[in-house]
Amino acid sequence: MVKSTKPVPDSMTPAPFRVTARRQDLADTFTIELEAADSPRGFAFRPGQFNMLYHFGVGEVPISISGDAGAGKLIHTIRDVGAVTHGLSTLKKGDMVGVRGPFGSAWPVDAAEGSDVVIVAGGIGLAPLRPAIQHVLDNRDRYGRFVILYGARSPKDVLYLPELQSWRGRLDTYVDVTVDHAESGWAGNVGVVTKLIERANFDATHAVAMLCGPEIMMRFTVAELTARGMDRGDIHVSMERNMKCAVGHCGHCQFGPKFVCKDGPVFPYGEIEALLKARGV
Amino acid sequence: MVKVEGLDKLLAEHPFFDGMNEDMRKTLSGCARNERFGPGEFVAHEGDPADRFYFVRAGAIALEFHVPGCNPIVLETLHGGEVFGWSWLVPPYAWTYDIRVLELTRLISLDGACLRKKLNKDHELGFELYSRFVPVMAKRLSSARLQLSDMYGRPCKKGE
Repeated sequence: MVKSTKPVPDSMTPAPFRVTARRQDLADTFTIELEAADSPRGFAFRPGQFNMLYHFGVGEVPISISGDAGAGKLIHTIRDVGAVTHGLSTLKKGDMVGVRGPFGSAWPVDAAEGSDVVIVAGGIGLAPLRPAIQHVLDNRDRYGRFVILYGARSPKDVLYLPELQSWRGRLDTYVDVTVDHAESGWAGNVGVVTKLIERANFDATHAVAMLCGPEIMMRFTVAELTARGMDRGDIHVSMERNMKCAVGHCGHCQFGPKFVCKDGPVFPYGEIEALLKARGV
Repeated sequence: MVKVEGLDKLLAEHPFFDGMNEDMRKTLSGCARNERFGPGEFVAHEGDPADRFYFVRAGAIALEFHVPGCNPIVLETLHGGEVFGWSWLVPPYAWTYDIRVLELTRLISLDGACLRKKLNKDHELGFELYSRFVPVMAKRLSSARLQLSDMYGRPCKKGE
C-alpha cells in the first residue's frame, strides 16, 4: 500500500472530541459540551464562528459555537431538525463526535468597543450570539449601553431562560424578551421582537447591532433599527445556509457572489442587503 | 376631579399627540378621562360597547382572545406610549377582544361617542386623528402578519 505524502489539511479532517456534558434546553433543542480527545486544553475561536460536527456514520452539520470564547470549553446548542442533528441529540456523556473548525467570520466585538451594543436574537439565533454577549459582559467597561432583545415562538421556546434572567439581573445590561403567542399565565411581553426596539434605550448613532434569527425577522429588525437612525454599516447579521465543506470549495452555501461558510456567517448588513431582498438567492 | 387643563397636559405628553395643534388637542381633552387599573382587572371584554379608546401612560396591558374551554390566548402586550381600541371608529362599535391589565396601569381614555359627534362637525380634526391612527393600525397589522408567519418554527427546505 502506498501512503500519500500529501499532508491532510486540518480543516478537512474531523478531530475526535468527547461529549463531557449534555443538557436538554427545549423540547427540540439541546446543548453539548465537548473536549478534544487528544488535547483537552480548550478550543480557541472567535464569537460568531461555527464548527462542522460529524456524527460518525451519519453525516456532518454546521453548528455555531455557543459557549464563552474565554472559558475554554467547546459548547454547541443544537436544534434537532434533521438526520444528523437528531443523531447528535442521542449522544451521551463520553460519546465521541468529530469536529472540524472553527470556521467563518466573527461578531465585531472589538470594533464595537466604545459604542452601545444592541443584540437582537430570535429563536435559536440566541445561541450564536451568546459568545458575543459573554464577551461584552466580561469586558463590560469597554462598551456603552448594552441591550439584549430576544424573541421566541412561545414561553416554552425561550432559550437560555436562566441566563436571560441572570443578564437581566445585572444593573448594567438591558434585557427584554417577547414571544409570538402565549396563554394568559405568561407575565412577559407578547408581540414581535421588533417592537422591543422602540422601548430600548441606546444611542442609534453610536451603536453596533448584532442580529441572528430567521431572515424575515432580521429584515424587519434592520428596518426598525435604521428607522431609529442606525447606519446599515453598523448592523451585522449572521446568515444560515447549507454549508458542507466549510472552506468555500463545494459551493453549497453560495449566496450570490459570497460563500456563507468563508465570507460569513457574520456579515455587515450593507454587504448583503441586496442579496437578502433578491428572490431565489 | 381631574381638570380638563390637566388632561390636556397629559395628552400632550403622550407620543400619539406629538406635534398636534394645541386647539385640536384641547378639543380632544374635552372627551378625555384619566383612569387607573390594577393587575388582573379588565378594561374591556369582547363584545362590550366600544365607547372609549385608550392611551397607555404607564404600565402594561394584554390584548386577549377568549377561547372556550381553554386558557385565553394573549395576542399582544402594550406598554407606556401605546394606544389601543379602534372599534369606536367602526360599526357596530364593539370590542373585538378582552383587555386585561398586567400591572398597575395608568391610562387616558377618550369617549368615542362624544368624539364621533365632534369629528362629524370638524373634518379637519377627523383627518388629523385618522392620520395618526392609521399608521398605528398599519404597524399593528404588519406585526400580526409577522407573528402569523411562525418565523421561529421549523425552517423551510428549499422549494417548500
